[in-house]
Amino acid sequence: MEALVAIAIGVLTGTGVFLLLRARTFPVLLGLTLLSYAVNLFLFVSGRLVVASAPLTDLGLDAYPDPIPQALVLTAIVIGFGMTALLVVLALRALLDTGGDHVDGGER
Amino acid sequence: MTHLVILPILLPLLAGSVLLLAAQLGAGARRAIALAATLALLPVALLLLDRVGDGTHLVYALGDWAPPFGIVLVADRLAVAMLLLTAVVALASLLYAASGDDARGPQYHALFQFQLLGINGAFLTGDLFNLFVFFEVLLIASYALLLHGSGARRVGAALHVVVLNLIGSALFLFAVGTLYGVAGTLNLADLARVMPLLGPDVAPLARSGALLLLGVFALKAALLPLGFWLPRAYAAATGATAALFAVLTKVGVYAILRVYPLVFGPGAGEVADVAAAWVLPVALVTLAFGALGVLASQSLRTMAGWMVVYSVGTLLVAVGLFTEAGYAAAVYYTAHSTLASAALFLLADLVARHRVAAGDRLDALDVMPHTTLLGGLFFVTAVTVAGLPPLSGFVGKLMVLEATQQAAVAVVSWSVLLAAALVVIVAVARAGSALFWRTAPEPAAAQAMPLDRRSVGAVAGLLACAVGLVLWGGAAASYAWSTARQLADPSGYVAAVLGADANAQEQRRSLR
Repeated sequence: MEALVAIAIGVLTGTGVFLLLRARTFPVLLGLTLLSYAVNLFLFVSGRLVVASAPLTDLGLDAYPDPIPQALVLTAIVIGFGMTALLVVLALRALLDTGGDHVDGGER
Repeated sequence: MTHLVILPILLPLLAGSVLLLAAQLGAGARRAIALAATLALLPVALLLLDRVGDGTHLVYALGDWAPPFGIVLVADRLAVAMLLLTAVVALASLLYAASGDDARGPQYHALFQFQLLGINGAFLTGDLFNLFVFFEVLLIASYALLLHGSGARRVGAALHVVVLNLIGSALFLFAVGTLYGVAGTLNLADLARVMPLLGPDVAPLARSGALLLLGVFALKAALLPLGFWLPRAYAAATGATAALFAVLTKVGVYAILRVYPLVFGPGAGEVADVAAAWVLPVALVTLAFGALGVLASQSLRTMAGWMVVYSVGTLLVAVGLFTEAGYAAAVYYTAHSTLASAALFLLADLVARHRVAAGDRLDALDVMPHTTLLGGLFFVTAVTVAGLPPLSGFVGKLMVLEATQQAAVAVVSWSVLLAAALVVIVAVARAGSALFWRTAPEPAAAQAMPLDRRSVGAVAGLLACAVGLVLWGGAAASYAWSTARQLADPSGYVAAVLGADANAQEQRRSLR
């Protein structure tokens, strides 16, 4: 399962970086979203992968997942969501103000 | 535990929320609330300065959760000096904005307060993930402030800044995840305790996390090759906002100064001095490139933007030595360069406002009104930023030069520092003669728009603080040195946060 998660993070990051390097704002936006998915997944597994267990200690379980990365991921998701919303508005504004969706402004 | 430590975060939060809700209040009332809240940060910072003056670390555990399990705020000499600097620059910037810039878009004052909340939080926090959160708070407010007044130029510049910083945030989280996966903690003091215990099997992971983090801080501090966004963005912002942004790049520098000596210092075993090989060369390149940018600028605002890049370069040359003398020079130079760049941004905006046809373009085509006053202010600012005696730039540069003297790279760094300083002197001299050479015949001067007292007061106040750094230079330098000693010996920080019985924590951890 570690390999599967690692590959998923890698693919998400790779596509994210590829899209980030595009010249139009919409692909860039999608790229950032994919990158933030990859980051969230990465943060989540930084507390190691534990299957079928709750992040609680007093159930007499031998192995339990680390609760801290889960809290970190929640924070990161909320912040990422807000930032993406801001970027969508900004990209729309740039489209209206400069008459094009090129990242450097205007129609190239 | 004193609650004073959290006041620099609570005050702007409260004021910002009130301002957000009080949208129906008049512009004058909102301005008054914002000014009062910003003014109140000054006595708080001074009180904190008094408390940490004897070398204590004020630790504030949020929600009284014991570190390393909860988040802590830590006020030490460095953090408090930055708080004081922020309060001064914010007050001047707000005073300048009160002359009319704040009415050019909605909710300027609320955003300004949230910006201060983010900056102060980043200076105070003792937790790596919390640092990320405060970075995001200050960034999202800075995006909105950058867009204040709108216009296509601003939207274009803001788009670049936002995308770059979102990538930076993603990298920050990758770094945080890596370090957490390796060390199992994100509390800075606890990280400092755990790092020497890391075995050689996980050390490469910790090292890559540390360097990834350095990349993020370099992006915030606008180190090359990650700093090309800065001059364009800062030149596009309104003057008052750009002046506040002069503090923003210093947050990146502060983060490097906070994290690397503490967590990845000489005592960190396998990951010791991980950043030492990188910071100095990159800083020298930034410094040289920044000076060339200053020389090539076509307008005063762009020049001020490149001046920020140049000063960050100089600053990180001092930081990059990772010695006590280097830290001392960095602390003094931070105070000087922040005040000087903020003053230059405000002055550039003032010039653009009063030169009707040419704005702040560096040509002699347009007449400059109020030559005596504006020219005098420009002269003092120019002497300060160019590092000529007798003002603070000279003292700061001298400290940096002295600190690099012992280093193996002294020949290279001295040549780059001095050559860049010469280039900057030429550039500001050229700018001054282009702007102030052609004077108005008497009748035209009478028609010129009168100078706004508050705006001039804001610039003069910042310059007075910069002059104060020289007049009370002994006190400032000795504070810088004691801050440096505190930074060079992180054991005090660790003991203050974790308690002297750090081993008891270790036992609790092993129970898991």
